[in-house]
Amino acid sequence: MTYAISATGLTKSFGRSRALNGLDLTVATGEVHGLLGPNGAGKSTTIRVLLGMLRADAGEVQVLGGDPWRDAVALHRRLAYVPGDVNLWPNLTGGEAIDLFGDLRGGLNPARRKELEERFQLDPTKRCRTYSKGNRQKVALVAAFSSDVELFVLDEPTSGLDPLMEAAFQQTVREVTAKGATVLLSSHIFSEVEALCSRVSIIREGVTVESGTLSELRHLTRTTITVEAGEPLTGLAGLPGVHDLEADTTRARFDVDSTALPAVLAHLATFDVRALTSQPPTLEELFMRHYGQEPAEIGASR
Amino acid sequence: MSAYAGTGRLVRLAARRDRIQLPIWILASAAMMSAGTSAVADEFPTEASRITALQGAGSSPAVLVMRGVPVGSDLGALVNFRNLASILVVVALMSTFAVVRHTRQNEETGRAELIGAGAVGRHAPLTAALVLVFAANVLFGAAMTGTILASGLPAEGALAFGAACAVTGLAFAGIAGVAAQLFQGARAANGFAASAVGVFYLVRGIGDALGERSADGLTVTPSWLSWLSPLGWGGLVRPYGQERWWVLALPLVLFAVCVAAAFALVDRRDLGAGLIPDRPGPAHASRGLLSPLGLAWRLNRGSTIGWVIGGAVFGLGIGSLGKTVQDALGTNAGVVEMMEGLAGSGGPDLVAIFFAAMMNTYGALAAGFVIQALLRLRSEEVGGTAEAVLATAVGRVRWVGSHVACAVAGAAVMLVLAGAFTGLADAASGGDVGVLTLAGAGLAQLPAALVVAGVVVLAFGGLPRLAVGLAWGMLVLSIACGLFGDLFGLPQVVRDLSPFTHVPAIPAVDPSATPLLALTAVAVALTAAGMALFRRRDLAT
Repeated sequence: MTYAISATGLTKSFGRSRALNGLDLTVATGEVHGLLGPNGAGKSTTIRVLLGMLRADAGEVQVLGGDPWRDAVALHRRLAYVPGDVNLWPNLTGGEAIDLFGDLRGGLNPARRKELEERFQLDPTKRCRTYSKGNRQKVALVAAFSSDVELFVLDEPTSGLDPLMEAAFQQTVREVTAKGATVLLSSHIFSEVEALCSRVSIIREGVTVESGTLSELRHLTRTTITVEAGEPLTGLAGLPGVHDLEADTTRARFDVDSTALPAVLAHLATFDVRALTSQPPTLEELFMRHYGQEPAEIGASR
Repeated sequence: MSAYAGTGRLVRLAARRDRIQLPIWILASAAMMSAGTSAVADEFPTEASRITALQGAGSSPAVLVMRGVPVGSDLGALVNFRNLASILVVVALMSTFAVVRHTRQNEETGRAELIGAGAVGRHAPLTAALVLVFAANVLFGAAMTGTILASGLPAEGALAFGAACAVTGLAFAGIAGVAAQLFQGARAANGFAASAVGVFYLVRGIGDALGERSADGLTVTPSWLSWLSPLGWGGLVRPYGQERWWVLALPLVLFAVCVAAAFALVDRRDLGAGLIPDRPGPAHASRGLLSPLGLAWRLNRGSTIGWVIGGAVFGLGIGSLGKTVQDALGTNAGVVEMMEGLAGSGGPDLVAIFFAAMMNTYGALAAGFVIQALLRLRSEEVGGTAEAVLATAVGRVRWVGSHVACAVAGAAVMLVLAGAFTGLADAASGGDVGVLTLAGAGLAQLPAALVVAGVVVLAFGGLPRLAVGLAWGMLVLSIACGLFGDLFGLPQVVRDLSPFTHVPAIPAVDPSATPLLALTAVAVALTAAGMALFRRRDLAT
């Protein structure tokens, strides 16, 4: 497997505050990789290091096989970037900005540009100062996706878009990945990440606290089980890996560690089970779990 | 009066936002006025010297365009003639920008929406802006009156001078209030109102130049054209020349009419909308824009053209003074000494020394332009657009280089044209220094401006967060040490630190290439060092 992005042990300090604290990130070629984390976790700092805007204090980083700091210009020909907070020149029109970014990157596909302008319903003749936040974001998205590049780096690209445009965005991401492009997507929208991303990294306080496919991540956490039986359910409280048990003789609801799931199911099979539902944790629950705890506790509770 | 609810709070908010800016406008103008008043007293201590100067100046239409009309030969009248026209421009611009800042700019940035969602009336933002600007103009006028009184001149003229400033500022506050309703963008509104200042200055200038000279040559009566310009009314009040107090009512009437119109417009439009919408622009970029250099030029185009035109107009004004200098100041040893100090060289030809001294001020102007153009590097970095450009296949050196190229080319054109127009005006008023000589003398200032550019790039590369202060501070020091070093009596070692000290005083002395090449080499080294530092640092917002 080749990697479009591989970073290990990245650290970066701004004065006395430490933005990255030994962060690891690997993005395989061709995948859509979600980057999740609370505000201030270091997502944008990571992306700026990957773009060569910032130089990491320590750690190894490779983007498309090159050093993003040293080979910035050569690499930037092969990638497109959409910032979370799109700033444009107030007196240029949106169309001019799209052409400019495309050209500075090494050219864009005019047919694709036209198609995307229609899809995102962007009026390119307006001055950038008159655009709303969502429309500025559309300018950056059209400029990025009109380029034939190998890697798209998207930093919360849809934070100002309406649900229709969100759908247009997801369609566009699927189109570029179908052609083999890699996408790094930093986002706060769980449904978007669940819909698009094959792998996810959750970062917090400058370190990667979790990374893997969605099912791998789910495997690391608890599943919620609701069970109803024709006879009293006993012995559940004593089983290892069972938490937050609420039981009234024949009915029970509890969380179980994924590792303990086989043993718990074997125990349940000894009863006359009438109904059983299991809910895997949503990405949001996964995220909240990491949100509320210190990174050290997460390590210990695994 | 619910339409005015919240006005008091908004006035305090506006005053809080402007607590540095407006005092600077007022205090800097007062300092300018103070220097101007004492300069007149020093240069023309006797009635005879003033009469000679006025008779020379009044015969030159270019001087009348620049300065307005002379109203008499006593000291106060000369203070009016030397200062009033330019001070009126300052107060007009101060009022214009302040009104737009607290009205349309708030709407454009969305702040007005947050404010309007509170218990704030529809008329409150405009009223608050006008109240603040009214107060600022009263203070401005009082500062002018006080400054003149402090120099011991009679009170009546000082009062007329200050009042003329205050009411002129109010007239332009009214014009800006209307512009802020008409245009959707703050830049467009500022542009319209600032153009109004420029156009009215020109109308006033032409009206004054067409005026009728009195038999003794000491006063000029402006033609009817000057009555059409709000910038002309201040001069028509005639401070220190049989004051015409009723003229003060004209700008006040204009202010009242404009304010009524602006409030009528407020009632007829939506928040954020203008009556003159932004026109749609091109859907595709032209070839010319599609490079870092094209982008840098596009971003600097407006201000570059403005500076170049300003330099040319300044050159015209200076050039037209050459003959006057020869005629009027030839006998004044003090002024000759001052000019020699400014030029950094002495000699028998007073006109050549005068032009050499003025070339140094062109150099300082060009340096100011270069600083303003290159600090765009920093504002693009802070604003996030630098990141967007550098995330494409544009290297950092190429990006900085394209902005440097625009700044250098703009400064070169500005200096050549300022010099050439000096020569043209000089020739038109009977001088013989030569257009090519003066164009070359202007261009000879470029290496000094390049050194300034180099320092800006170095500061941007090495200490980005301090770059703005370092750049302007360095210009002030360079001017103090280089241009005024001799007048201040600074030792040669200190004066040598300024790039302007090393420019040969053309046309007073023969040009020599060595110092210019040395300055250029220093500039290249500084720029290269700045670029190298920028390549090694993080982008910093």
